[in-house]
Amino acid sequence: MCHQSVGLIQRAIEYAGITTVSLSLLREITEKIRPPRALFVPFPLGYPLGRPHDAELQMRIMRAAFALLERNDVPVLEEFVVEK
Amino acid sequence: MAQLDDLDLSERLFLKGYPFKRYAPRPDNPVITATTPLRKPLAECTVALATTAGLSLPGQPPFDTTIKMGDSSFREIPSDVAPGLLEMHQRSWAFDHRGVLQDRNLALPLDRLHEMQKRREIGAVAPRHYSFMGSIVGPAKLIKASAPEVACRLAADGVDVVLLTPV
Repeated sequence: MCHQSVGLIQRAIEYAGITTVSLSLLREITEKIRPPRALFVPFPLGYPLGRPHDAELQMRIMRAAFALLERNDVPVLEEFVVEK
Repeated sequence: MAQLDDLDLSERLFLKGYPFKRYAPRPDNPVITATTPLRKPLAECTVALATTAGLSLPGQPPFDTTIKMGDSSFREIPSDVAPGLLEMHQRSWAFDHRGVLQDRNLALPLDRLHEMQKRREIGAVAPRHYSFMGSIVGPAKLIKASAPEVACRLAADGVDVVLLTPV
C-alpha cells in the first residue's frame, strides 16, 4: 500500500508545480499506479535506499533517481543497476 | 529484490483484489496526469523528501495504527533534525523494520541530502520534509486533504524537487 500512497502523494505534488521522482521496491504495484517518474530499486521491502549506513550506495541511488528529473516522457520507470 | 510473492498469502490476496485502477491516471483528471518539467539545473534546486515510513519526531503524536482505512495524516520533519532521533510508528509488518531502525536515511535520506548540498549537487535542502505512514487502504482523505496540503506547504517553501520513498 505504501507504493500507492507514494504515487498519490507524488501526483498531488507534481500537480502543485513541483517536479518529483520516487523510488519503488515493487515494480508490479508502481506499474499500476504510474507515478510521473520512478526508479525501481532491487532491494527488499523496507530498504528503499539499499543498505543501512552505506552512504555511498545511498548516494548513488539518489543520483540515479535525480537523473530521471529531466525526463518528461512520463510515466518513466527505470531500473537501478547495482554495480558488483 | 522485492516481489509480491515475498508477501504473506493474505497480503498477496489483498493486493491482487485491490482496485488499483480506481486510482490510476485517467485522461480526464488533471491532478493525476499533471507533469511539471524541471525548470532549472538540479544544482540550483531546493529539494525536499517525503516518505511513507511512518517516521515522526519524539514530540509529535505518533501515527494511529488502529484506523481501519489507514491514518492519512502527515508529520513535518525539519531539515536540521538528527535522523537518528526520529521514531517509527508503522502498522505494516509487510516489510522488515530493522533497516530503517538502524539508519533512518534508508527511508528519509536527510544526511545524504545535506551532503549533496555541501557538494553543490543540489541548490538547497528544503526547510521541511514530510512523513506519512502508508498502509492507507482507503486513500480518499489522502487524495482530498493531506496530499494537497503537503503539496501546498512544499510550494510555499519554494521547493523545486521532491524525492519520495515507500518502504
